[in-house]
Amino acid sequence: MKHLIPEFERWKLRYPAGFEGSLTIPCLRRIQEDRGYIADSDITELVEYLGITRIQVDEAIAFYTQFTRKPLGTHHLQVCHNVSCSMRGAEGLIAHLGAKLGIGPGQTTTDGRFTLTTVECLASCGTAPMMMVGDAYHENLTPASVDALLEELAQ
Amino acid sequence: MTDAVDTAVPLSGTKFFMNFPITATSHSLADYKARGGYQALEKALREMQPAEVTKEVSASGLLGHGGAAFPAGRKWGVVKLTDGEPHYVCMNADEGEPGTFKDRWLLEHVPHLCLEGLIIGSYALQGRHAFIYIRGEFDLSHRRMSDAIEEAYDAGLLGENILGTGYSCDVVLYRGAGSYVCGEASAMLASLEGKKGWPRNRPPRLTVKGLYQKPTVVNNVETLANVPVIISRGAVEFKKVGTPKSPGTQMISISGHIARPGVYEVEYGYPWQKFIYDDCGGMQGGAALKCIIPGGVSTKLLSAKEIEPLTLDHNSALAGGSQLGSGGMIAIAEGTCMVRLAQVIQRFYHHESCGQCTPCREGMGWMERILNRIVAGGGRPEDIDRLYQISTANDGTTICSLGDSAGYACSAILDHYREEFEYFITHKRSMFDGRLVVDDPFAGALSTAEARA
Ligand SMILES: Cc1cc2nc3c(=O)[nH]c(=O)nc-3n(C[C@H](O)[C@H](O)[C@H](O)COP(=O)(O)O)c2cc1C
Ligand code: SF4
Ligand code: FES
Repeated sequence: MKHLIPEFERWKLRYPAGFEGSLTIPCLRRIQEDRGYIADSDITELVEYLGITRIQVDEAIAFYTQFTRKPLGTHHLQVCHNVSCSMRGAEGLIAHLGAKLGIGPGQTTTDGRFTLTTVECLASCGTAPMMMVGDAYHENLTPASVDALLEELAQ
Repeated sequence: MTDAVDTAVPLSGTKFFMNFPITATSHSLADYKARGGYQALEKALREMQPAEVTKEVSASGLLGHGGAAFPAGRKWGVVKLTDGEPHYVCMNADEGEPGTFKDRWLLEHVPHLCLEGLIIGSYALQGRHAFIYIRGEFDLSHRRMSDAIEEAYDAGLLGENILGTGYSCDVVLYRGAGSYVCGEASAMLASLEGKKGWPRNRPPRLTVKGLYQKPTVVNNVETLANVPVIISRGAVEFKKVGTPKSPGTQMISISGHIARPGVYEVEYGYPWQKFIYDDCGGMQGGAALKCIIPGGVSTKLLSAKEIEPLTLDHNSALAGGSQLGSGGMIAIAEGTCMVRLAQVIQRFYHHESCGQCTPCREGMGWMERILNRIVAGGGRPEDIDRLYQISTANDGTTICSLGDSAGYACSAILDHYREEFEYFITHKRSMFDGRLVVDDPFAGALSTAEARA
């Protein structure tokens, strides 16, 4: 993570003095964005850089669902299966993806291209069913739009 | 995302927010200023003392839009300007209550209005730093707000000596990392301190000891978006909109089996049925309405019959036995299996419980397991009473209201649809074939998957 320190230093300028600990989550997000997951060395270096306890970092990583300690597939498909999405076909969407990719929720394809996860409400209930791929929301999904998207991602 | 503005004729009264055409640039500083943006900030900074701003917000009767409808002015009034401490205002943009997506609309389409409200609030409390805690999964909302902040810095609306008035304020845009409970104000502050998001007991209130032990006000995005409106119009004019007890408007996001899902701005006091049938076009495929979850899954559902006499304001919703909550409305059609719906809701609460309080940690999992067993055909007659018992065991015994709300949500379903649970337990199958969907775009996918398995 050391190469990211100049960026972290710029962020600090807008925080009140003494708020170093607050940077834990933004730094972890940035590290994960950079490497794809959070490695042991990242934790050691972050603890040293921010002057916080190791347990604070470990707890944060365990607590927040977006953090991962191991690499995920190239494309991370996160399907919402909360109430409104379930009422618009989320269960069928998950089954459709599972059948297409040959994996279930929580699994990664053997070629490492796709990881499928189910998530709770992503505040996109009016355009259900939906899923997040990487950072992008894909809404009002249908079998045709999902198939087209998977084809595009497989390129 | 769907903009109700584009699809529906705006029927439901005065609009504070959804009153301009959305274009490729309508969220930008230039367009916002052309619509009169940042005049409220100028007025507050140049013509009003900080305490006068708080007084105006109090006089407006503005109620919090995060779920609990707490009077905003009263919250601000607790912070003592002369205590010599730093004060912080935090915008709660964590929007995680299932069914709620109105803050996303505000963040994406009027980020400067939200930001202007935050700066005015921060001025009223004489804060040097203010925070926006935005949900980790939000991408476009984050980019729009991030751009808005940079535009505001460049235009001298943030940073040192704002508009040459001597008031300085920095804004930190802070992204969460995936946790529903971080929407709870004290959990949000723990998260802002870089820790896991565990709610904490009150007292002390957050307005006494909040972020880094300093007096802190946490307000919802929509609450803060109302502030420039109040300062521009004045409290007296603001109060002319809505009802005496619920002044102003409410952003409602509606989803589920509704013909025209999306975000709507409704003047308080608007008839509920008219909203459903005229504004939102009634139910999907002309289905009959079974019931409504009024304000996020944490509010008690109301049957079609129960909403008939009600209007969309806090007092009416309360009189009907529920709350407007976060404005996250879910319309449910006749023929939907309420046992399976309860199962989905309870799985969510179990997943999101932070695990600090025994009744919540154990209760959520226990309820989910009972519901799973009923759905799997292994229900027992005593399960219904057990579900009621666990629901009420949470009431008032937990640190935050996640546990309580889960209990209310479940007991309201049982109160209304007990016979569906009894039927499922006796016949080992759903009264409605386990249906959750009216018109399934993926019909057949489940059976195909089974065939391949
Ligand atoms: C489990 C839980 C989740 C919450 N999530 C949110 C949320 O996503 N957004 C929000 O504004 N308030 C949320 N709240 C309410 C906040 O605790 C707080 O009351 C609110 O942000 C205050 O803002 P207001 O007074 O402007 O309504 C949540 C509360 C609980 C108990
Ligand atoms: S009620 Fe549940 S979510 Fe809230 S603090 Fe207790 S255990 Fe955590
Ligand atoms: S229920 Fe899926 S986005 Fe809200």
